[in-house]
Amino acid sequence: MTDSKYFTTTKKGEIFELKSELNSDKKEKKREAVKKVIASMTVGKDVSALFPDVANCMQTDNLELKKLVYLYLMNYAKSQPDMAIMAVNTFVKDCEDPNPLIRALAVRTMGCIRVDKITEYLCEPLRKCLKDDDPYVRKTAAVSVAKLHDINAALVEEQGFLDSLKDLLSDSNPMVVANAVAALSEINEASATGRPLIEMNAPTINKLLTALNECTEWGQVFILDSLSNYTPKDEREAQSICERITPRLAHANAAVVLSAVKVLMKYMEMMGQDAEFVVSLSKKLAPPLVTLLSSEPEVQYVALRNINLIIQKRPDILKHEMKVFFVKYNDPIYVKLEKLDIMIRLASQNNIAQVLSELKEYATEVDVDFVRKSVRAIGRCAIKVEQSAERCVSTLLDLIQTKVNYVVQEAIVVIKDIFRKYPNKYESIIATLCENLDTLDEPEARASMIWIIGEYAERIDNADELLESFLDSFQDENTQVQLQLLTAIVKLFLKRPTDTQELVQQVLSLATQDSDNPDLRDRGFIYWRLLSTDPAAAKEVVLAEKPLISEETDLIEPTLLDELICHIASLASVYHKPPTAFVEGTGGLKRALPSRSGEEDASVMATGGASASVIPEPGSLIGDLLSMDIGGGGSTAGAGGTGNVDILGGGLDILGGTAPSAPSTNSLLGDIFGLSGTSSTTFHIPPKQVWLPAPKGKGMEISGTFSRKNGQIHMVLTFSNKAMQPMNQFAVQLNKNSFGLIPAQALNVPNIPPNQSLDISLPLNTNGPVQKMEPLTNLQVAIKNNIDVFYFACVMPIHVFFTEDGNMEKKVFLATWKDIPSANEVQFTLENIECNADGVSTKMNQNNVFTVAKRHLEGQDMVYQSMKFTNDVWALAELKIQPGNPSVTLAIKSRALDVCHSIFAIYDTILHN
Amino acid sequence: MIHSLFVINSSGDVFMEKHWKAVIPRSVCDYFFEAQNKASSMDDVPPVIETPHHYLISIYRCNIFFVAVCKSEVPPLFVIEFLHRVVDTFRDYFNDCSETIIKENYVVVYELLDEMLDNGFPLATESNILKELIKPPNILRTVVNSVTGKSNVSETLPTGQLSNVPWRRSGVKYTNNEAYFDVIEEVDAIIDTSGGMVSAEIHGYIDCVVKLTGMPDLTMSFMNPRMFDDTSFHPCVRFKRWEAEKILSFIPPDGSFRLMSYLIGSQNAVAIPVYARHNLYFSPAGHGKLDLTLGPKQTMGRQLENVKVEIPMPKVVLNCTLTSSQGKYAFDPVSKVLNWDVGKIDPQKLPNIRGTINIQNGATAPESNPTLNVSFTITQMAVSGLKVSRLDLYGEKYKPFKGVKYITKAGRFQIRM
Repeated sequence: MTDSKYFTTTKKGEIFELKSELNSDKKEKKREAVKKVIASMTVGKDVSALFPDVANCMQTDNLELKKLVYLYLMNYAKSQPDMAIMAVNTFVKDCEDPNPLIRALAVRTMGCIRVDKITEYLCEPLRKCLKDDDPYVRKTAAVSVAKLHDINAALVEEQGFLDSLKDLLSDSNPMVVANAVAALSEINEASATGRPLIEMNAPTINKLLTALNECTEWGQVFILDSLSNYTPKDEREAQSICERITPRLAHANAAVVLSAVKVLMKYMEMMGQDAEFVVSLSKKLAPPLVTLLSSEPEVQYVALRNINLIIQKRPDILKHEMKVFFVKYNDPIYVKLEKLDIMIRLASQNNIAQVLSELKEYATEVDVDFVRKSVRAIGRCAIKVEQSAERCVSTLLDLIQTKVNYVVQEAIVVIKDIFRKYPNKYESIIATLCENLDTLDEPEARASMIWIIGEYAERIDNADELLESFLDSFQDENTQVQLQLLTAIVKLFLKRPTDTQELVQQVLSLATQDSDNPDLRDRGFIYWRLLSTDPAAAKEVVLAEKPLISEETDLIEPTLLDELICHIASLASVYHKPPTAFVEGTGGLKRALPSRSGEEDASVMATGGASASVIPEPGSLIGDLLSMDIGGGGSTAGAGGTGNVDILGGGLDILGGTAPSAPSTNSLLGDIFGLSGTSSTTFHIPPKQVWLPAPKGKGMEISGTFSRKNGQIHMVLTFSNKAMQPMNQFAVQLNKNSFGLIPAQALNVPNIPPNQSLDISLPLNTNGPVQKMEPLTNLQVAIKNNIDVFYFACVMPIHVFFTEDGNMEKKVFLATWKDIPSANEVQFTLENIECNADGVSTKMNQNNVFTVAKRHLEGQDMVYQSMKFTNDVWALAELKIQPGNPSVTLAIKSRALDVCHSIFAIYDTILHN
Repeated sequence: MIHSLFVINSSGDVFMEKHWKAVIPRSVCDYFFEAQNKASSMDDVPPVIETPHHYLISIYRCNIFFVAVCKSEVPPLFVIEFLHRVVDTFRDYFNDCSETIIKENYVVVYELLDEMLDNGFPLATESNILKELIKPPNILRTVVNSVTGKSNVSETLPTGQLSNVPWRRSGVKYTNNEAYFDVIEEVDAIIDTSGGMVSAEIHGYIDCVVKLTGMPDLTMSFMNPRMFDDTSFHPCVRFKRWEAEKILSFIPPDGSFRLMSYLIGSQNAVAIPVYARHNLYFSPAGHGKLDLTLGPKQTMGRQLENVKVEIPMPKVVLNCTLTSSQGKYAFDPVSKVLNWDVGKIDPQKLPNIRGTINIQNGATAPESNPTLNVSFTITQMAVSGLKVSRLDLYGEKYKPFKGVKYITKAGRFQIRM
């Protein structure tokens, strides 16, 4: 007899049949009927129509029947909330049952019934169960609190269940402690504030560590994960916790092992790196990580993704374990690719011979993706380990001889990188490469080959013929190839001007006249102009010495790596992205590695606080900012596309940057345009402040200020890329603000290579959505790039909103001054003003504050001024200046009282400038 | 934590689903199917898939996909380990795990899943405890239950679940007290074309069947305990004692369990008990020749048994005409796998297989040779040389029957041709 009999259908209709069976008097028949219902439910059939009949079976002594009915209720209560109420009585009764199994079952099931009306009835029984004598009931109740929180968070807090949960952390039974930890961390994750609910202090930690030794493997994972959120007071504490956690590395459960690795990796940061303890701990970490690789392939995959992070942080841990990453032919592809990645990271002078012979072996395998990546890996080895470069090149040549199309193409792409890294060393192989010209059909391989020909045009006798052969199909080529061909032919022309003039003209006309692609056209025009005006300069630009390519272009940027190390064993470690980048609704869960001294943190905090008031809760704003749609995507797409070519084009990066109008990579140009905010203009531009410090911006530092030119407000920004990867795909958004500022155009920032910075001026309009901010001049900005979206706030100087037509007529001024009630007048004193009434007048005039009238009264100079905001609000000012007295009294009247303080502040700044 | 579980067969049908929180519609599996379609074989489906609102974490075992759906940041290994535990439990209960068996036992499966996970938190995953809560089905019990009206769900709380030794139930009684230990070692190796060792390691484990009355406290010591590069233990093992004295001290669970597993290899030399002389070449004319001989090596006089060879031939191979000196061979023209069931290896008369290989007309000869996959067993020997020196029982008065057995097997043993 098997359960498949539950699927036999009858002619009368299944539901009808079941209904009558459920209402049968015979217990046996009833039970069988419920089983049939459950079986249908399991395969996804809708049997919700039977709700009342199944619920009727709930009152029974038979535990199995009771369990089955509960299973049914959990699934369908949501769709039948009114009916579900009927079940409440039984639940409440069951919570009083002498059998702990039934008490636990009842409290557990009640939590799974996700119906608001029922939750109210749940509170009392739950409270009792949390204090039950039986630990089995308590541990079940702990989980139920988390369930209830999921349904109705406010209720849980009202009823004080969180405190009860915290009490359970001190429970005598380790399983109860583990479940309480699990429940608390789940509630924590779901809560919007992201503030930790458990205050981690020495006694709590001690309790957790004690429970750690005794609870189940799953409980250990929860406990280890919460320990990883704790930052020990000092090195000693960290060390003693580590000692107690280390035995977990010998656990049979891979999840426990990896969670223990996480805590250890984090705490090791707090200790001196040469300390004996750290050295011995590092040694202990290797074997368990290796053991993970002999588990099921799924476990291997997660382990490999994490090992990838661990060896970037601490390369020493696995430096002798290269062999375990060798690929077995029947590994799943996802394991193979990860292993390759790690092999390259571990490659060093000592093991390179072994690695290369393995990679060569892989390059003859069947799986195309894997073969391609293996060939790339050989190239990466050559770049990483200089001593091996020669051997890598000869291996690649061997592979080219196989004539397997995709192997050849991939090999040519990596050889191009090797040429970049070791110029003038391996050019003897160019002839072999040229033999394969016809077989290349992938854009990247074609572009690489063309780059090689252009770069070494003087050594290839028939370079002109080769390039000309590509030119025939110019229109059909991929942009990448077109750009490369253009550059290569120009290089050729500069090297051999006599016989290639025709060729260069041909390509320039193809690029500038027959192409729709702006990148190609721009580059064509630049070359054209360069060549026609100053060939010597052209030579210097096009044939400039190229910066060397870095050894490890694929390393994760350090600040991100540190964050990811805190997330070892979690999904973040699999994606290699911080959780904020992909987990929905996480608030401030950002974790940082503890630093040894703590000074560094403090200084970062200090600069952060002084320069820009960072928006306190990004979580609450995300929705707001994201709902406005991020502009600038279109213009940045082009920049992304040429990213690859930039590397090839070498010295051309700079030229590429000048093609679009607004941004300039050169701060000299910025000066000419009057962007960089020096005193060359009369309009007061506050000095730039750091709005987004690099650690907060994952390596992107933004500083900026505001200016007003020709009646338009500009946001003047400096982007500095302090990360190790290029940044691109920039876009900007402004949150709703007091003056309705919105960007007038998309943020036109091209690719910023590492360690470069860029000045840009972004024109702003004032016709956007308005929302009053506190303070008035606060502006919240979101900047996106290829790495993440960043939020910061800055304060706008109010005078940028003063319009050019703010000069009020005298009569109107007088009338308005009288008209505005004196309640709207605010008086300030400006100290240490050194200039006289005329000086004040001119200074303020340059900033669109206009002097309406001046009078001399009783030894005082009275100056009356007016200003108008972009939103047509007027403000009037009266200054009392006593010659010889550095104190000036300023009275401001406006219908919008809020602006007065900002106006005073700007008077103060401008007059002291 | 784990929100839902979908069980999917290899043809892409969801034949079972279980939700621990709110019901998540099946359509979420579409992302999984998408990944499945992209993968060239079932084994290649990535285990962690990101979708706009959920994370799908899956394992592939017994030709079935078990796909867990998670909503928040979870440790993926936690989910993967749990899913493997689910499959282990099914195999334990029903002796096997397949679509038919799950379908035949829907209700027990459903009850088990509900017992194993509560709101996404694992509740009871120890097989001992589960078996006390839900009795495994067998025909006798089904008959008895239908007569007496009893069910296979226990009415009382399992005793072990909350004690200090949650893995052992109290009140165990046997008339014959016995404890058997199998030391099993698997050799993973990659051997290159010329017979040189590329990498090799030994994954060993000690599986036990312990049927002892009361609360026995056992200690086990090894002749050479310092050879392990890494060890992991069943929770019953007292880790401190191992650290200090290298002695395994534990109160065993009742029945069968894995006491410890270990790794030897990264730092120690590993003996390779088998070698192959092989010659495989493809002529451009469109046929190939295979000549393969296997022989024992470093086996300390023990015999190689259950020897099997698997060669995944290149796609262009049509057929193989071979003669073998012993055992049977078979070539599957669909999967292109050549299997040779060798049996025992007699050192005096080494097994050999040779013959021609036919290639598709007009196809070019393959670039590279395939990799041999060899499996074998050697009884009464642990290839690492590990030996149990003593096994003692404390806490109970009887004298149990004890036995230790050593087996060496091929793990992932690959020879490149």
